[in-house]
Amino acid sequence: MDLLEDEPGPGSNAHEFTVSELSGAVKRSIEDQFGRVRVRAEVGRVSRPSSGHLYFDLKDDRAVLAAVTWKGQAARLVQRPEEGMEVIATGRLTTFPGQSKYQMIVDQIEPAGAGALMAMLERRRKALAAEGLFDEARKRPLPFLPRVIAVVTSPSGAVIRDILHRLRDRFPSHVLIWPVAVQGEGCAQQVAAAIRGLNALAPRGIIPRPDLIIVARGGGSLEDLWGFNEEIVVRAAAESTIPLISAVGHETDTTLIDFASDRRAPTPTAAAEMAVPVRADLAARLAETGARMLRANAQAIQRPRQRLRDLARAMGRPAALIEGPRQRLDLQGARLEPALRLWLQSRRNRLALRPMPAATLRQFMQARRHGLDRIAVRLDQARLRRLERPQDRLNQLQERLDASLRRVTASTHRAIAQDKMRLGDLVQRLDAALMRAQRQRRDVLTRLDRIRQTLGYKETLRRGFAVIHGPEGLITSAAAAARAPQFQIEFADARIEARPAAGKSRRPAPPSGQKTLL
Amino acid sequence: MSDINTLSFEEAMRELEATVGKLETGEATLEESIALYERGAALRAHCEARLREAEERVEKITLAANGQPTGTEPVEGL
Repeated sequence: MDLLEDEPGPGSNAHEFTVSELSGAVKRSIEDQFGRVRVRAEVGRVSRPSSGHLYFDLKDDRAVLAAVTWKGQAARLVQRPEEGMEVIATGRLTTFPGQSKYQMIVDQIEPAGAGALMAMLERRRKALAAEGLFDEARKRPLPFLPRVIAVVTSPSGAVIRDILHRLRDRFPSHVLIWPVAVQGEGCAQQVAAAIRGLNALAPRGIIPRPDLIIVARGGGSLEDLWGFNEEIVVRAAAESTIPLISAVGHETDTTLIDFASDRRAPTPTAAAEMAVPVRADLAARLAETGARMLRANAQAIQRPRQRLRDLARAMGRPAALIEGPRQRLDLQGARLEPALRLWLQSRRNRLALRPMPAATLRQFMQARRHGLDRIAVRLDQARLRRLERPQDRLNQLQERLDASLRRVTASTHRAIAQDKMRLGDLVQRLDAALMRAQRQRRDVLTRLDRIRQTLGYKETLRRGFAVIHGPEGLITSAAAAARAPQFQIEFADARIEARPAAGKSRRPAPPSGQKTLL
Repeated sequence: MSDINTLSFEEAMRELEATVGKLETGEATLEESIALYERGAALRAHCEARLREAEERVEKITLAANGQPTGTEPVEGL
């Protein structure tokens, strides 16, 4: 027994803790000692389980501290922890005895070193702005539909995935990735070189020249994003002739490249949305425009068709077009006929010539008029036929109508001219007939006169007879002569005065050397 | 009028919409309307072809040691 009770271990007098006692003591000690601490650290792995609590690591280059922010407090954080972010976390330390662990209960997080860095950033921003690098006038409009989009970013990671995914959804595009380090050493140089390199690409080189550049990076601490604040990057972005979208960090992060870019996107996904339109929308707009065009075109054809119909109605009977000329014809005809009739009548009366061919004339006139009517009807039909084919052009119709009108007018003129010619002919013929008739009458007259002269007494006087003219007519007996106080003896050349001789017996003596005529 | 094949989608679309607008006002003559319609149809076909030919192609630029781009290689799985 002695042997067994010998050799008690060193410190045998020391108090023996149970694990729970010790863990509790440690817990108390730590909570007393570190009841309120501020820790400057980089955020490591971040996990947000569905419970709503926020678990993350706070670390520096040698140590890691587990941290948790309970659900209720997580919503009130000024800055949500992001991996890689440099922060100052405020809270208390506690232990988790069940797993022999300790952790920090964080109730507030703020970006580390912000004050100093922000002041420097602001000075740099002002200097570059003074150079005009951020002027609105420098901003280029983004292409509506870029053929090639270059993305300057890390070739692995969520950013390029987000961009490609959203591009795929909207408008599948040709994307060129220019891989760069998006933080740390070399970041600024590589990003600037990428922007310059893309601008230097020939339009038809091996590598297609993009018509849009997206410079993208996920969220991070001010230090992480610092490369995008470097002057070399800002200048490259400002000098880019290719329109450039910056999508660096989260919406609340602003880096200097955002001022120099043509558009600033709050997130990489938003950059993809700015870069391309939605194909389906374009297709819908195109379809709608196509439909509008069809409607407008239908109207453009419908309108002239309607106008054609209206005009056709307005024209009424095409015969109306020849009414003017016809009226003139009627007028001329009406004047021609009475004139002709009157003239013929007078000639007929005076000369009792054979009847004039007035009926022939009337017939001729009527035939003309029928001809015109037929032309009018045919014109009407032809017009109707043309009108029934609406695709025929109106001006052709008009031309043909005009031509028809001209023809009708011309034929009317011709008809009138012919009528005039015929009238002239008739006048000539009538004149000739008149002359002939007059000559005949004159001949007859001459003959009769000759007969009359032959039958008269004056020729007898030439043969030696004489005529005794008493005061009361011819004296044809000696008795009558004895009774007359005086008388005249007519010889062939002249008359002489005579009276019976006085003292002679009343019986007439036989005249000596003179015979009486009877 | 410019050759339609040289027009970007947006230019063609804008001209198409202007063309349709002109048709819709009804101020064009019938001949002009027909010309406008034909032009519009060609513009529409051009735009549709551009929409149809859209396909995703993702390439990564390969860089020489001095950082100069040398070419591209296809990228899969992103």
